[in-house]
Amino acid sequence: MKIDSGDTAWLLASSALVLFMTPGLAFFYGGMTRAKSVLNMLMMSFGAIGLVSVLWVLYGYSLSFGTDAFHGLIGNLDHIGMAKTLTGDGAISGTIPTTVFAAFQLMFAIITVALISGAIADRTKFGAWMLFAGVWATVVYFPVAHWVFFFDDTKDSAGNVIAHHGGWLGDRLGVLDFAGGTAVHVNAGAAGLALALVLGKRHGWPKERFKPHNLSLVLIGAGILWFGWFGFNAGSAVAANNLSGIAFINTQVATAAAMLGWLIVEKVRDGHATTLGAASGAVAGLVAITPACASVNPLFAIILGALVGGICAVAVGLKYKLGFDDSLDVVGVHLVGGASGAILIGFFATATVTGGANGLFFGGGLTQLGKQTLAVVVVGLYSFILSWIIGKVIDKTMGFRISAEDEVTGIDTTAHAESGYDFTSAGGSSGLIAAATAKPLASASAEKE
Amino acid sequence: MKLVTAVVKPFKLEDVKTALSTLGLAGLTVSEVQGYGRQKGHTEVYRGAEYTVDFVPKVKIDVLVDGVDVDRVVDALVEAARTGKIGDGKVWVTPVDEVVRVRTGERGLDAV
Repeated sequence: MKIDSGDTAWLLASSALVLFMTPGLAFFYGGMTRAKSVLNMLMMSFGAIGLVSVLWVLYGYSLSFGTDAFHGLIGNLDHIGMAKTLTGDGAISGTIPTTVFAAFQLMFAIITVALISGAIADRTKFGAWMLFAGVWATVVYFPVAHWVFFFDDTKDSAGNVIAHHGGWLGDRLGVLDFAGGTAVHVNAGAAGLALALVLGKRHGWPKERFKPHNLSLVLIGAGILWFGWFGFNAGSAVAANNLSGIAFINTQVATAAAMLGWLIVEKVRDGHATTLGAASGAVAGLVAITPACASVNPLFAIILGALVGGICAVAVGLKYKLGFDDSLDVVGVHLVGGASGAILIGFFATATVTGGANGLFFGGGLTQLGKQTLAVVVVGLYSFILSWIIGKVIDKTMGFRISAEDEVTGIDTTAHAESGYDFTSAGGSSGLIAAATAKPLASASAEKE
Repeated sequence: MKLVTAVVKPFKLEDVKTALSTLGLAGLTVSEVQGYGRQKGHTEVYRGAEYTVDFVPKVKIDVLVDGVDVDRVVDALVEAARTGKIGDGKVWVTPVDEVVRVRTGERGLDAV
């Protein structure tokens, strides 16, 4: 294969778009916390950017996209430190440089880890989170990305695939998950559920007020996510072609329909269409169309979006009934949305778009539906069990939660020695009453004297 | 000397201020306060979860007056602040022992 400059340019742009989703997610989550814990929420996402990027180049890319080492379960260690990807045959993946493909996939690993943090807002030791993030990426995300995203096929002279050597779910079994409904959203959602159970409820939840402190921030975050998601979904074609165009338009229309679906449920159930509902519905739609954007036509993308928007609007109420404090609804939006999108492919997939497989509604019978359901269950269970074990071990050894006093005071000041806002006159923002006395750094004060 | 204190609906502040300055009052003090009376709070819904907000935002006005003016001031204030709906607020009057103007040191009625 030869490198195509158009494909390469689009994937470089897509990689940057997908990276931008994680700060977007940080704002989306950060606005939903209370004012005293917004910085910690942002830091969990930024921490994931830092840590996962390093792990990816060290060994993550190799475990995820190295030549299969064992029955489609894990990649080998050929590409540790990005070895054998800079020159020669190994430097080309399809029609783009391998380094570009690796950079693109890195951004997926980052946001998948960051997504989990929404389940454990306000109460998580930062060091424990970083440790969890590193271990989880290593034993859960990297293998699951291999299962779902790694394709390695032998083709005959006519270009027909005659043997699959890639990941066991995506390549060998033929599960349709274009951009990560299972590998990203079910995976992160199940991990979020496990950690919410390991850490337990926040003090006062759900009796006290935990209402979002800054909905404008939530909408900015949702907007950035929506923007970046075009890289996530349309970039997953790993080319600038007709399929990336289909993924792009499907992403837009499903997200729009999901937002409307969520708002309709709210209006009927609660009496008001809310901004938080609009932001949440849009994200639910983005999640749901992620696996399906290259399997359905735009009309079914609308149906899929509207359905999942409505489903997620109802699902976020589950935690109150079941009594687990999934603080920012990682389960209700990402696990439920990702699973719904992945399973609905089994109904709505059309050969016009997939180029092969059909869903139940297009005469494909139950075959594809079965594969989709299996992938959701396997990825969900694997992630939940591993996450629960990692979480428990961290909790029993170094402790996963901050103290009750620190939590009530606010994790921003107790864990990071900062506060997100300084909006009372007593805090000094009006300049009338100085509540804090500045102590300059030693060197600066010596200079003054 | 009396201190007239009023807790009123925030959007009525401008009307009250106009009414009081028409009476020739030279100054007043305003603060944002929260509380509840018969109006109680309101509910907000976030992702389907209902939150009851117990305290309603109000504006508190403090104005120092000569004892002989007090009825006119209270009447004007009540007139200006009234909408006739629940939550219009309250006005009360307390006696004041001494008032000092900081700049000049004037005391008593001269300082009002």
